[in-house]
Amino acid sequence: MSDFKVHQRDGEGVSVIELKGYLDAHTATELESAFQKLLNEKKYNIVVNCRDLSYISSAGLGVFMAYIEDVRKNRGDIKLTNMSAKVYNVFDLLGFPILYEIFKDEKEAVIRFKEGKKG
Amino acid sequence: MSNPSKKISRTFPSRTEQLLEVREFVSEAAREFGFDDEEVANIALAVDEACTNIIKHAYQYARDKEIQITVNREHDVFEVRITDEGRPFDPAHLRTPNLQDHLTHYRKGGLGVYLMRRLMDAVEYNIKPGSRNEVRMVKNLFRAPSNTRK
Repeated sequence: MSDFKVHQRDGEGVSVIELKGYLDAHTATELESAFQKLLNEKKYNIVVNCRDLSYISSAGLGVFMAYIEDVRKNRGDIKLTNMSAKVYNVFDLLGFPILYEIFKDEKEAVIRFKEGKKG
Repeated sequence: MSNPSKKISRTFPSRTEQLLEVREFVSEAAREFGFDDEEVANIALAVDEACTNIIKHAYQYARDKEIQITVNREHDVFEVRITDEGRPFDPAHLRTPNLQDHLTHYRKGGLGVYLMRRLMDAVEYNIKPGSRNEVRMVKNLFRAPSNTRK
């Protein structure tokens, strides 16, 4: 039984990973594996949908920090969406809104990637 | 809600899979004391961060060690003491990181202590080299004012 699940969906030029449950020092390796898999597949336009994410600690936030540089070097980005107020609060306390684009809804993040391509 | 036993203590194995139970233990104690959901979540996160640091740094992921968590609830003060017998905490980590600098250089880790300090009213380390380390965290409860005057 796992307290955390990652599910990947691939759309047109954008990959969405959905997070569910509790992201802490125990489960952070599962998110690392998901990002590593995306990099191996050369998928750099990544939306992380946090709708069902109940909890995040700094170990989980550290995973985003660990991969953002590689993703951006490859002209991609990690955009975050659908956070609960509780989860957003932790991101906010650590100043993540400076570094990451955070959207209310997944669609907005996908549109932003598509706009970026045109420009 | 009313008059929970003042002091409770529990020992957890030094394993990350215990973090969920650690959070549940502390959340229940905080909720009983009268904290609202947001404050309960903040206290649980601070304790998770402290235990994660112990597992990673003090015990270096050794799975057969112990972490003791003691909660003292007195008047309007909620105090958590977390002790381990691992490597002493490096006081260099006590420095408050420059968050902007930290983030713009994409540095991984080291944010736990910063979060603990932001989430709790007081965080202090008592380190006894060769014996045990203790982190003490305090959160004050602001109850609705009563009609009685002092």
